[in-house]
Amino acid sequence: MSVIFVVLPLALVIVGAAVWAYVWAAKHGQFDDMDTPALRVLREDEGAGARAPGEGEE
Amino acid sequence: MSSVDGAALGLSAGAAAAVHTACTHCGLDVPEGYVERGAPMQFCCTGCRAAYAILHEHGLDRYYDFAERRGRPVRSSGRTFEEYDHPAFRAIHVRTLPSGLARVELYLEGIHCASCVWLVERVPLLLPGVARAELQVRRSLATIDWDPAALPLSQVARTLDTLGYPPHPFRGLRREEVRRGEDRAALVRIGVAGAIAINIMLAAIALYSGGRRMEPEYEQLFRWVALALVIPAIAWPGRVFFLGAWNALRARTLHMDLPIALGVGAGFLRGTVNVLTGSGPVYFDGLATLIFVLLVGRYLQLRGQRAAADSAELLFSLTPHRARQVNADGTIVEVPAEALVPGMTFETLPGETLAADGVVASGESSLDTSLLTGESRPVRTAPGDHVFAGTVNLASPIRVTVEHSGEESRVARILKQVEESATRKAPVVLLADRSAGWFVLGVLLLAFATWGYWMTRDPSQAVDNAIALLIVTCPCALAMATPLAITVGVGRAARRGLFIKGGEAVELLARPSRMLLDKTGTITEARTSLVAFAGDAAVRPLVLALERESTHPVAEGFRRAWEAACPALPAVERSEHVTGGGIAGRVGGREVAVGSPAFVSARASGRPPALAGAEGATPVWIAVDGAVAAAAALGDPIRADAKASIDALRARGWRVGILSGDAPEVVRSVAAALGLPPEECTGGVSPEGKLAAVRAALAGGRVVMAGDGVNDAGAVAAASVGIGMHGGAEACLANADVYTTRPGLAPLVELTEGSARTMRLIRRNMAFSLAYNVVGVALAVTGTISPLIAAVMMPLSSVTVVFSSWYGRSFPREAA
Repeated sequence: MSVIFVVLPLALVIVGAAVWAYVWAAKHGQFDDMDTPALRVLREDEGAGARAPGEGEE
Repeated sequence: MSSVDGAALGLSAGAAAAVHTACTHCGLDVPEGYVERGAPMQFCCTGCRAAYAILHEHGLDRYYDFAERRGRPVRSSGRTFEEYDHPAFRAIHVRTLPSGLARVELYLEGIHCASCVWLVERVPLLLPGVARAELQVRRSLATIDWDPAALPLSQVARTLDTLGYPPHPFRGLRREEVRRGEDRAALVRIGVAGAIAINIMLAAIALYSGGRRMEPEYEQLFRWVALALVIPAIAWPGRVFFLGAWNALRARTLHMDLPIALGVGAGFLRGTVNVLTGSGPVYFDGLATLIFVLLVGRYLQLRGQRAAADSAELLFSLTPHRARQVNADGTIVEVPAEALVPGMTFETLPGETLAADGVVASGESSLDTSLLTGESRPVRTAPGDHVFAGTVNLASPIRVTVEHSGEESRVARILKQVEESATRKAPVVLLADRSAGWFVLGVLLLAFATWGYWMTRDPSQAVDNAIALLIVTCPCALAMATPLAITVGVGRAARRGLFIKGGEAVELLARPSRMLLDKTGTITEARTSLVAFAGDAAVRPLVLALERESTHPVAEGFRRAWEAACPALPAVERSEHVTGGGIAGRVGGREVAVGSPAFVSARASGRPPALAGAEGATPVWIAVDGAVAAAAALGDPIRADAKASIDALRARGWRVGILSGDAPEVVRSVAAALGLPPEECTGGVSPEGKLAAVRAALAGGRVVMAGDGVNDAGAVAAASVGIGMHGGAEACLANADVYTTRPGLAPLVELTEGSARTMRLIRRNMAFSLAYNVVGVALAVTGTISPLIAAVMMPLSSVTVVFSSWYGRSFPREAA
């Protein structure tokens, strides 16, 4: 049972890390715009050929 | 970036040409005359051709790989955007970054999908001087960082325009910065408070479920863990409540933050004592949850208000803010409207809005002054006449010498009155704060009385019972009852095109009172249409041919009414336009005159057939070959839904009236058509008069004013609730408490009904949380509940209020 004396502080350290990461993200504007990045990631410059060229004659 | 497969692209476009020729850029059919036989690329318009050229040249053909692209041709404005390089523009819209780059935020038209993001963010590849371009899709807002030494901003603007995204300067950049900081700080606080609350809850669950069977050293461990966690929760996210309470104390007022701060502070001290002595409960889980829930409530409220303000702002950015300045040597340059100073001369083309007040230096024209005066008929101007910013030039170019510009113009002075009226609203807000103050005072007195009572009976219980009372009466549910119901209601209303800028408006719209409506643009469509016609129908193609080139509203009225019925028009051999009179000329071999009765009588003989239903409309006679052949009446038609909506409002008990700047006889005929009592409808009122009329009406109770023009802005701001109508002037929208993006009066009915339902929901929430508080107080005073039970009960009431607000009926849930 005394393992709790180790596990509990460890859990708190992990929580601390998560909170730190969240605060960093919020302060760096990661939550400012919740819509555009989802569209932006769809197609980056590299990794071409995912779709055959010459579309759009719908 | 590699130059990609242009050949493959060309092939597929060529294959498509066999059946339908699709535009290489936008994918729409290319009109027959534009098809180039055998060419690999086909374009439906020069806009698409230019956009393709610029993309292809920079190897951005990958744009055409997107499955979802713009399904419409590129419509560039073709402007030079030279006003973007003017010092006045820079001072207002551009910021210099520490790196030496400049930053501007531009609102782009035509943004709609992923391909737009891709394209706009590749502008740095097209223009080497641009360091960064970032687009926020939801708000159509692009942030551009560029090197002012390498290229002018006008070039960036022209490129965006060529790609089919005409830019507009986004105002309020500095406020945006402040907001962003606030938003981030609020998110950080919520996140930290939430994480701590959840982890304290874990420790608390262990304590509750372990109970007496737990070994003392483990129990103490969990208590110390909870204490260690609650300290940062209070010191960091919870600090806002202590700051709020402290500021309220310093200002000698009572604030909702005060009992929260006291309850949290007292609970924390008592819990800490219990941890140190190793006996009694800790309340830390309840405290942390309280902080978290309160912060979330506040954030939601803030977001709701901002969403409404944001959409209003984007509408403003669309209005033109430039002028064509005429230099002494006759050359014309585009400057921002802010750069005009008295003595300068500017030119206004037909269809443009005047940028400053002044005297007409040259040119005759007619002006649409409805924005300022509500007058729906065009007003003639000649050299020497005074003209005002905000009016629209209709007929021919005029040059104006500036007398007053910017803040000195008549529009700006009206706006100033608007601001003054807006600040005068504060008393209502103060009242809400004061009632919260009484609540706070009551809770503090009760807690003190409980403490005193128990000191005389059982001192060991005194502190615990007082704390239980502070916690159980925590205005958490009470404080959330109103904002939550309003946030949910306002959010749903926004999805239906009704933007409500604050909870106060919902409250005031819930009960029927007096409603004053502007006429031009609110009840009517604010555009000239054919309302009556009598005579020979064969004159229609002749009139249309003659009026085809004119921008006069009468010409537009004829075009709207007849264009579909007359596909082929005879050729115009000669035409002569007389400002304020009409237009005459030779069409298809016949002499035709269209214009005012006086104008036509001077050129033809006879009288036209009598017109029915033309009261309040402008009469137009039509003569062919020297004989008057027909008569038409053009006026501003009443909106289709006006009668039904006004009837619905009156059936609900609203006292509806009209307050218009238009001629009294026009207002009378509109009132008669709508069945409104004539004594409720006033015409010929100046903007200042409207403000005075609303103020006078306020003496008799609440007044709702709905309008769309600058001439309504003062009245809209002064009214208990101001409603800006669809397509209204910036000033009016900015100062309205509510504005609608749907045309017509039906939104007004929806607004009042939804508000009434929202208020019922709020009252239900309030009744519930008050009942909860009364029961809680009784239990705490009698010492029936410990602070621990109080801390468990507290969030339960909030949860109930959340569910009730979310599932309650306020505004209809589905989108319009």
